[in-house]
Amino acid sequence: MYEWTAQFLANQPFLAALVALVSLGAVFGALLGYASEKFKTEGNSVVEQINAILPQTQCGQCGYPGCRPYAEAIAEGEAINRCPPGGEAGIAQLADLLDVEPLPLDEEHGEESALSAVAFIHEEDCIGCTKCIQACPVDAILGAAKQMHTIITSECTGCDLCVDPCPVDCIEMVTEQVTLANWHWELPTREAAGDIIASDRDAA
Amino acid sequence: MRKIWDFHGGVHPPENKHQSLARPIKSAGIAPELVLPLNQHIGAPAEPIVDVGQRVLKGECIAKPDGIISVPVHAPTSGTVTAIEERSVAHPSGLTTTCIVIETDGEDHWTEHSGIPDYANADRGTLLACIRNAGIAGMGGAGFPTAVKLGVNPKAGRIDFLILNGTECEPYITADHVLMRERAEEIVAGTEILRQLVNPREVLLGIEDNKPDAIEALRRACEGTGMEVVVFPTKYPSGGEKQLIEILTGRQVPSGGLPADVGVVCQNMGTAVAVYQAVAHGEPLISRITTVTGEAVARPGNFDVLLGTPMSFLLEQSGFSAGRDQRLVMGGPMMGFTVPDADVPIIKTTNCILAPTAEELPAPPPAQACIRCGLCAEACPASLLPQQLYWFSRGKEYEKLEAHNLFDCIECGACSYACPSNIPLVQYYRASKAELTQLRRDQAKSEHSKTRFEARQERLQREAEEKEAQRQARKQAAEARAREAAETGSAEQDPIQAAIERAKAKKAAAAGDDSQQPAADMDPAQQAIERAGAARSTDANQSPAEKARANLERLEQRLQKSEAKLAASREAGAEDSIIEALQTGIEKLRPKLEAARAEVAALPAKSEPEPAAEPAAAPPERELDAAQLAIERARQARADSANQTPEEKARANLERLQQRLEKSETKLAASREAGAEDTIIEALEAAIDKLRPKLEAARREVDELNTGQEA
Repeated sequence: MYEWTAQFLANQPFLAALVALVSLGAVFGALLGYASEKFKTEGNSVVEQINAILPQTQCGQCGYPGCRPYAEAIAEGEAINRCPPGGEAGIAQLADLLDVEPLPLDEEHGEESALSAVAFIHEEDCIGCTKCIQACPVDAILGAAKQMHTIITSECTGCDLCVDPCPVDCIEMVTEQVTLANWHWELPTREAAGDIIASDRDAA
Repeated sequence: MRKIWDFHGGVHPPENKHQSLARPIKSAGIAPELVLPLNQHIGAPAEPIVDVGQRVLKGECIAKPDGIISVPVHAPTSGTVTAIEERSVAHPSGLTTTCIVIETDGEDHWTEHSGIPDYANADRGTLLACIRNAGIAGMGGAGFPTAVKLGVNPKAGRIDFLILNGTECEPYITADHVLMRERAEEIVAGTEILRQLVNPREVLLGIEDNKPDAIEALRRACEGTGMEVVVFPTKYPSGGEKQLIEILTGRQVPSGGLPADVGVVCQNMGTAVAVYQAVAHGEPLISRITTVTGEAVARPGNFDVLLGTPMSFLLEQSGFSAGRDQRLVMGGPMMGFTVPDADVPIIKTTNCILAPTAEELPAPPPAQACIRCGLCAEACPASLLPQQLYWFSRGKEYEKLEAHNLFDCIECGACSYACPSNIPLVQYYRASKAELTQLRRDQAKSEHSKTRFEARQERLQREAEEKEAQRQARKQAAEARAREAAETGSAEQDPIQAAIERAKAKKAAAAGDDSQQPAADMDPAQQAIERAGAARSTDANQSPAEKARANLERLEQRLQKSEAKLAASREAGAEDSIIEALQTGIEKLRPKLEAARAEVAALPAKSEPEPAAEPAAAPPERELDAAQLAIERARQARADSANQTPEEKARANLERLQQRLEKSETKLAASREAGAEDTIIEALEAAIDKLRPKLEAARREVDELNTGQEA
């Protein structure tokens, strides 16, 4: 039987090639099918990677209800320049990840601020309405109905979503002050960096 | 002779140490005002525990540590606290920070203090607490709390080497040099206490070979103690902790690791003296040795100076004459920084004040382009690639900076010193380090925020689900009750079912009324009669007596009967006019209505209701109800018609008939649209069919009359 088959295929080179290719295809197809089941990834890894770059302020300035929804939108083709807290650095990282051109920040969605801010409740004005507590995306406001509220500064992302709902305007965004604890060296200026030649210094 | 190793790179800048070595240590005395920053160390600032106006004694604690990585602050001399306020301090930023200001009284009156009497046998905890309470932070430059450094449990297990750092490799500075030269016994005594705490196999005192007198003094002091003074060639920056460890032990501290990881603990000579003072005498860290040097001072030298003394106080004593554009540097020329003004105070880490002339230490020449010569890489003691780091810093390529171990840079300045293009390389690295630290912090914060956001979302969803579950549970309970009610047949137990049934009953009743009414609806008079009947029956229902009620019921039945008769007569299409038919009905009804009225009136007296003999005799005016009005109207109409000519009569009749037909037709159309029951529609159609021949007859009559007149 074997001999007959070998003889038959030797005499029919076209059939032999066909049989060989089909069997190869079947073997590798099965291999790929097995691999796709075995090494299946959970969830959308691109969304996870984008979400890791986003600043997680959950401020909604991009027009999406939180960073993750925006990450999902970016994965489906939304513009990458709608996140002011992430700023130019964030856009550059996103562009790098998605292999697209970095765009300038879309002014429509806000401006990048150099210093981070946190919300501050003027406690003598607070009436205890809990509206800000409901607005806070990270549960950084402590308080109860008809009790004074306060911000847990270390948890505040500075998204300012609590400012608008306050009926008595007692919430203010306070910009971080430069102190000895957070001061740091700046990169040398362009001049000090030698980007102009010494003879141009006086003229410049 | 102990084997010594060498580390990679390093430079040999001019030493300039001899200027300040000519004189012995001199006490600087007491300045009129001392300014004590709350943060003279790495870690959290201390918390003031004194009030403004309070008198303090020398050595009294005036600020307590806030947290573990923090040290207290003590009053360096006796005096009065005059302010706790923001003052500018020795820091490259020139920023201010909270300081306790003490106005000294010159008495230098000590607070009660005593050392640990038998410290050689004291336990570890007691010694560490003593060192911590004495406010000792590393005096070499970084200012890390000493008790924390000594208290750390080494991962590598046993500590092999305790190294005392007497290198002092930076040019100009001689503070440790003179300390070793003049107070070698105290250093050895302090080292003995450190040895007790660390329990190393060996104790090494590392000194560069450019300090022969210090080496001599220490060797003498160390005799018989088992400590070894190790001398090695001068090279900058041998004094870096990691570099010194490599020189003395050949071990390299891993990137991001601590000396303890390779079994080494390293302390500064000044720290050893401070530890000795604290443990043996109970004296906290309130003074230190500081070098004042540079060509702008006439008498350079070393001062034993109280912490908080303004730099200007020391400079005065050294014969300082400020030149044009005078710079004042805290620390040495390699790693020091320019201070904002001469009034900044001496703190625990101030080892040198450098007051150079402009010729001596000129402003750095303008930076030029990097020529990729590679001298920086040859100079780097941490074996980094400064040139690459420079490019990555400029390009803000933080990932690559991390990959090239930027954080292993000790900021010694050897690369900048070696750079032929005068590029301020260290500034790039410092800025990039700060940026990277910030990025890491942001990353951690964003991760934290993400977790909190997700937790909140989860919570909201859970709450919504719980609410929904409760709603479902209530619904199911209601259904179960309904089923139970249906099984037992009691509608009362199930309000919903009862309501549905009530609604059904109402609907059925309404439908029944509709089917009964079509004929009656056709005439307002008829309606009026019905209303009257309804009114009567309600009146009757109000009467309490059963007999009266029975009578009224009978009357009602009769009313209904008469109504039925009226409808029947109309349906039969009798030739008698409708008005006549009505008349009959009304004549039958009237006495009964009157009787009912009488009955109602008689009820309070509980008398037997008797039908009135002459009901129509004198009906009170006000009791003329709708039914009677209709009757009156009908009578009037009849009287009118009697006065009319036959032609007029016929015409009026025709008009009336036409109106009725129109009315009926609109009604029919309306009920058809409304989808009324078939019986109603049929009744209406029948009525219309009957009206039509009548209308034709009326028309003919009118026509005949007209032709008759014309003829």
